[in-house]
Amino acid sequence: MSVEIPTPAPAPHPAPHARARGQTPTAAAVAALLRKELRVELRTLESVPAMALLSLTTFVLFHFGLNRSSLDGDLAAGVLWVTLLFASMLGVNRLFVADEEEGGFDAFLLAPVDRTALLLAKAAALLLYLLVVELVAVPAFALLLLGPPVGQALPGLLAPLVLADLGVTAVGTLVAALAVRTRARDLIGPLLALPLLVPVVLAAARATTPLLLASGAHAMPGRWLLTLALYDLVFGLIAYAVFDFLLED
Amino acid sequence: MAAIELDGLARHYGERAALRELSLSLGHGQTLVVFGPNGAGKSTLLRVLATLLRPHAGSVSVLGHRLPSEGWALRGRIGFLGHEPLLYRQLTARENLRFHARLHRAPFARVEHLLASVGLERRGDEPVRTLSRGMLQRLAVCRAVLHEPELLLLDEPFSHLDPAALELVDPLIGRFAGRTRVLTSHHPADGLAEADLALGLRGGRPALLAPAGAVDAAEVQSLYR
Repeated sequence: MSVEIPTPAPAPHPAPHARARGQTPTAAAVAALLRKELRVELRTLESVPAMALLSLTTFVLFHFGLNRSSLDGDLAAGVLWVTLLFASMLGVNRLFVADEEEGGFDAFLLAPVDRTALLLAKAAALLLYLLVVELVAVPAFALLLLGPPVGQALPGLLAPLVLADLGVTAVGTLVAALAVRTRARDLIGPLLALPLLVPVVLAAARATTPLLLASGAHAMPGRWLLTLALYDLVFGLIAYAVFDFLLED
Repeated sequence: MAAIELDGLARHYGERAALRELSLSLGHGQTLVVFGPNGAGKSTLLRVLATLLRPHAGSVSVLGHRLPSEGWALRGRIGFLGHEPLLYRQLTARENLRFHARLHRAPFARVEHLLASVGLERRGDEPVRTLSRGMLQRLAVCRAVLHEPELLLLDEPFSHLDPAALELVDPLIGRFAGRTRVLTSHHPADGLAEADLALGLRGGRPALLAPAGAVDAAEVQSLYR
């Protein structure tokens, strides 16, 4: 069935400025999205406090579960990284929930913005959340579990922390965008992300172990830091390449 | 060239056909009103035109661009008002509109102008979750026209609005807003008065397609029986 009606005289178009404005620069869009993201988190406090609380609770559980007041070496590194990884899953699971539930995806898709802006803004937000959580979790770990003095490990910990956070951010943002559109998003997120993040835990723990030895901090093996950096690069590129398709119908 | 050209448009959700064999042409500055019972495909049609859903068959052209291949060219040129307001509940009305203004590179002065024009300037700093449904709809109208789009896609835009609110939003999304419009409605007389072309959907198929002036409200009512 088809029908055509006569086109009336052109209506006075009030201001077709949208066409003239063109595409919003990606940097401006990322800044707008990140500002919104942080503002929503500050209002709701749904992600960071939960992540920090889970870290602290897990350290307490390890403290009693292992029946040891102090850890060192590979055991200390393993406890630290597994705990941080599980805490990060809470942030990953919540990353796109407000957008999915309140129509933010549709609003974003209608805007003249490169879709990569959303990936970058979400990744930046998740990275910030992880760094804030670690500001609480690492001192708590030192206080509750770590045998050797934390002072010897702290400067060296910065590099593996940042590199591991970047890996968690790349994989977490990708998986969160995928999982949020499924019914079982709370399950799908960790189910996909945790196996993908095994190399991050492995490399970060191996890189950190020499810093946490009871006999004093030793030099970190550079190959594990390199492994983390390579992982970040590969998954960063994968996230960049496929993120557009995740937003498609 | 028409603002919207559909030829044999079809869209499925799995096995179920939400839209089938839909062809029409709508000129620039004209209004298409879409009637049909719940589940007839009205919202699906709007989402396809908004580039939020891909057409599965047929050809679709919006503002001179083929969908889905040229959907990118339409971003920022469409104002979409769906069932959801597309606003963040934890942010204030002003923060929400400023966020959208940043994404669309619209001036903040436009935000203030719109808040004032729908009577929300005093509630602008309150979280959206505290607003009534009618206020939320007024704010959603502001969000939809913030970037001064050429095409308005309006899904039951006047629901939840009292007569005073209707008067407030009419200059923004009403017949004389000067934009090409596609709107859905369940009110035959009001919908026909708004439109140049009327489309009635039943089960995803066009059951009625005629110039609005030639359609009787009773014909529209029959779609719902």
